[in-house]
Amino acid sequence: MTAVLQVRKLCKNFAGVQAVDGISLAVRRGEVLGFLGPNGAGKSTTMKMAAGFLPPDSGEVMVCGIDMLRTPLPARQRLGYLPEGAPLYDEMTVRGFLRFCGRVRGLRGARLRSALEGVAERLQLASVWERGIGGLSKGYRRRVGLAQAIIHQPDVLILDEPTDGLDPNQKVVVRQLIRDMAQHCGIIVSTHILEEVPAVCDRVVVIAQGRVVAEGTADELAQQVPEGVEPSLEAAFRHLTTRGARLQGAVAPGGRA
Amino acid sequence: MSRVAGSGIDNREAGNGHEAGSDAAASTAATAIAATGMSGVWLRALMALVRREFSAYFATPIAWVFLAAFAALAAVFTFRVGNFMGRGVADLAPFFMYLPWLLAVLTPAVSMRLWAEERASGSIELLMTLPISTWQAVLAKWLAGWLFLGLALLSTTGLWLSVNWLGTPDNGVIALGYVAAWMSAGVLLAAGATASALTRNQVIAFVLGALLAFLLLSAGTPLVRGVLSAWLPAAVAESLLAISLTTHFAPAAQGVISLADVLYWLSMTAFWLFLNVLVVEWKKAA
Repeated sequence: MTAVLQVRKLCKNFAGVQAVDGISLAVRRGEVLGFLGPNGAGKSTTMKMAAGFLPPDSGEVMVCGIDMLRTPLPARQRLGYLPEGAPLYDEMTVRGFLRFCGRVRGLRGARLRSALEGVAERLQLASVWERGIGGLSKGYRRRVGLAQAIIHQPDVLILDEPTDGLDPNQKVVVRQLIRDMAQHCGIIVSTHILEEVPAVCDRVVVIAQGRVVAEGTADELAQQVPEGVEPSLEAAFRHLTTRGARLQGAVAPGGRA
Repeated sequence: MSRVAGSGIDNREAGNGHEAGSDAAASTAATAIAATGMSGVWLRALMALVRREFSAYFATPIAWVFLAAFAALAAVFTFRVGNFMGRGVADLAPFFMYLPWLLAVLTPAVSMRLWAEERASGSIELLMTLPISTWQAVLAKWLAGWLFLGLALLSTTGLWLSVNWLGTPDNGVIALGYVAAWMSAGVLLAAGATASALTRNQVIAFVLGALLAFLLLSAGTPLVRGVLSAWLPAAVAESLLAISLTTHFAPAAQGVISLADVLYWLSMTAFWLFLNVLVVEWKKAA
């Protein structure tokens, strides 16, 4: 199956610091790709470039075969994005905000109404539909953020730390939502919370210092621990991300480091 | 779910459109774009953005405080400082004399939130990953602010009514004065929006915007011209005079608007909006 999101050799330099250094990855429809790395590894920067917000210094982002850099508007139209911290327009009501997002994305009339009804139902927003976003709990805010990301039925979803700052109950709800949404599109989820990886992700890419250091399923990843250490995601994560930047390919997916 | 469908969701558009009967669930918005043509989509997205920005002004009581303050200050300047009654002339000359300076303070208050607020909250990432161009976002924010400034100018029409009640003014001159004021406010707003895009702090955005407004207005005053002629070659001083808002506003407030004035307002607004686009792009990349 061809990839709905294809990122090739992305690079970004901030004032002399190489935040992202040649990251490549691909997401297929129906798949949830976990994007792991310690804080400051370049996760959010990569997500911002993949979502079309931040222009990369070099590299390529293809959304369903559409070049994000050459033709950003059609590419963005096929993409939904939940930025880190799920920023929203606090002064708007849930309804007003989602209607705004739908309209800007070209929905109107009956199609807009059914899209609004659809996200209200899937994300269980009916009870807060007329409330101001500024007064919502974190859990509801995150659901509104997810609703704006899927209202136009995108082919690609980019979710930057969607469960960060939520309580355990809310985390379970959001994880379930991500699994549900993956039936229709390809999803890339960044996180540094390892516990949710096996529950949510089909495949994982681990980055450190702006480079990919490992790639594979959660089980394959858990095997990548030093000699004599019990295989676990946590041990593998620590091992992979603290040994300094290594060239992509030095760690074969599924193999031992 | 029926609760939402029945009470919450806007039904106004329910009967609108040939596309209502098509396969709504399966087709994506991307196909809607292909079907309806780009210009209609572009305009509808722009209007959705303008609507959001404009209603954001009224989300807090600040908008009403602003409008009341504007109307009150306009009256104070006209009646007290401008000696409206003592002059014994039925026109709004004192009002239009002080209006640019009033706008220089109040326009940055309208423009300061436009981009700084988006950057502070992070919502700029939402905005700039929607399928819209930076130009579209810049234009929408400016249009919303300009409409709001139009409302502010409307709030002073009590003065216009008063002068008609007191005498028989030349209403054509007054109408042209309002047009000139709204166009000038558009220039100040575009400059203020550019200032807002430079920072995430609204106070800094206000101060920068006010500074730009005072520079744009005072470039034409005798004081500044005197200082400039001592420092700069005459040609440079003259060209600074040409970009001054006052040079174009003063005759317009007396009932004379030339094509040059109109071109000036349009090109100055376009220039600042162009700068605004550049600043948004630049700040995004950094």
